[in-house]
Amino acid sequence: MSWVTQTLSSSLGRKVIMSLTGLFLCSFLIVHVAGNLQLFKGDGGRAFNEYTYFMTHNPLIITVSYLLYTSIIVHASMALILTRHNQDSRPVKYAYAKPEANSPWSSRNMGVLGTVLLIFIVLHMRTFWFEMHFGSVPMAEYDGKEYKDLYTVVVAAFSQLWYVAVYVVCMIALGYHLVHGFKSGFQTLGIRHKKYTPLIEFLGTFVFAIVIPALFAVMPIYMYLKVNGII
Amino acid sequence: MKINLQVWRQKNSNTAGKMVEYKLDNISPDMSFLEMFDVLNVELMHKGEEPVAFDHDCREGICGMCSMYINGRAHGPQTGATTCQLHMRSFSDGDTIVVEPWRARAFPVIKDLVVDRTAFDRVVQAGGYVSVNTGSAPDANEIAISREVAEEAMDAAQCIGCGACVAACKNASAMLFVAAKVSHLAVLPQGKPEHLARAEKMVAQMDEEGFGACSFTGACSVECPKSISLDHIARLNREYLGAKLSSTNV
Ligand code: HEM
Ligand code: SF4
Ligand code: FES
Repeated sequence: MSWVTQTLSSSLGRKVIMSLTGLFLCSFLIVHVAGNLQLFKGDGGRAFNEYTYFMTHNPLIITVSYLLYTSIIVHASMALILTRHNQDSRPVKYAYAKPEANSPWSSRNMGVLGTVLLIFIVLHMRTFWFEMHFGSVPMAEYDGKEYKDLYTVVVAAFSQLWYVAVYVVCMIALGYHLVHGFKSGFQTLGIRHKKYTPLIEFLGTFVFAIVIPALFAVMPIYMYLKVNGII
Repeated sequence: MKINLQVWRQKNSNTAGKMVEYKLDNISPDMSFLEMFDVLNVELMHKGEEPVAFDHDCREGICGMCSMYINGRAHGPQTGATTCQLHMRSFSDGDTIVVEPWRARAFPVIKDLVVDRTAFDRVVQAGGYVSVNTGSAPDANEIAISREVAEEAMDAAQCIGCGACVAACKNASAMLFVAAKVSHLAVLPQGKPEHLARAEKMVAQMDEEGFGACSFTGACSVECPKSISLDHIARLNREYLGAKLSSTNV
């Protein structure tokens, strides 16, 4: 085995892969949430459609998006390998265990939370990404230029209560995944320092586990209320 | 005190074990947890039954032998203490106390509460040493080491190899132990020359023994009788990654 494959198949190497892909996904969340804020503009979806046009046509963004798809697949596969290996490391379970006495719930349930996220990603990509790339999306025209009207697809999806509910639940799972995941990603890379770790923990908790999931959750709620004439 | 004990009994590594219940009536709150087991064992011997096998040696928190998983926690409800440092006053009259051996693939049960922890020895043998010429003792203060660094090394060196970190971890990961053993040498000048190979070899042996990976739950550090910090795990990660990227071992 070369030193590269040997490193990447060690327990620490596998965690590094988890960490790098996970943190890359975190960086994507910032871009994604910022872009989707266009949904709040009361312009009938023009800003949002222009933004989705940009996201599907800019060569740099297209390149990064392949990296993103790869990251999701690698992160989820590595999660499965690690979780199985970790369970295997204790073949006989304790008759009586009290893990809540020594560790936070989120840190012990990353696999479950991640599975919820994986289901969410599949559902989310089926509704929007698949429709945008392979489905039949109505067209909209702004200043004589044709745009795919993804906004209408978003409106249709978020006018259903069950769909909105699934979104909100999944964003809570995202918050719990990242309240542990973000800081854990840095620990895995050995980045732990008296000066910077408090900042990392603050970002992980406040920005990645609260603000970002909350913004993502507010979008479908807002659209639902608007489409159904409640606000 | 009256105590209701549920203890894991297992004849040897090849037979299946089970929980067995024992009732004790005359337990003093000032007894240590191990003394309570001594009382149980004397009673069992008087009845002609096999006493419960458990590991112990120093009975003062320094040897790390007294592995017991008590009421769902490594070394019981107290933090920063081993089983021998736990006293019956930590429990109430009439309590039921569940006692199990450490559970990990890498720590097979030998008998009752005794597990085989030689996996730790092999991890240390893989690289947890410094190669020096032994001879007459070197001059004290020959190598200047700042107090801060010395403290850091001593904090890590407190690890007594008890295995509570493995027992408490949901992944049965030995990262805190290995991190302590890598750290106490890595921060000192004497440990520097071999630090790349040490991290590589010790992690390889840790994986080989079948311990799990680290999920950073922090359970190890909370349950560690010496409260070894998670800082050392971050250092081990740095040491290992640095070694993999820069050592000449291909
Ligand atoms: C695709 C579905 C996902 C699954 C199955 C999954 C699963 C997991 C699991 C099991 C861990 C813990 C690994 C361990 O304990 O050693 C983890 C860690 C992590 N995840 Fe996810 N996750 C998913 C999606 C995501 C997403 C969408 C993000 C970010 C936006 C993310 C960010 C992270 C981060 C930063 C870590 C920490 C890595 C580390 O501890 O070094 N994950 N994930
Ligand atoms: S790190 Fe702590 S819990 Fe683990 S073996 Fe050392 S002393 Fe015991
Ligand atoms: S018997 Fe030595 S630490 Fe408990």
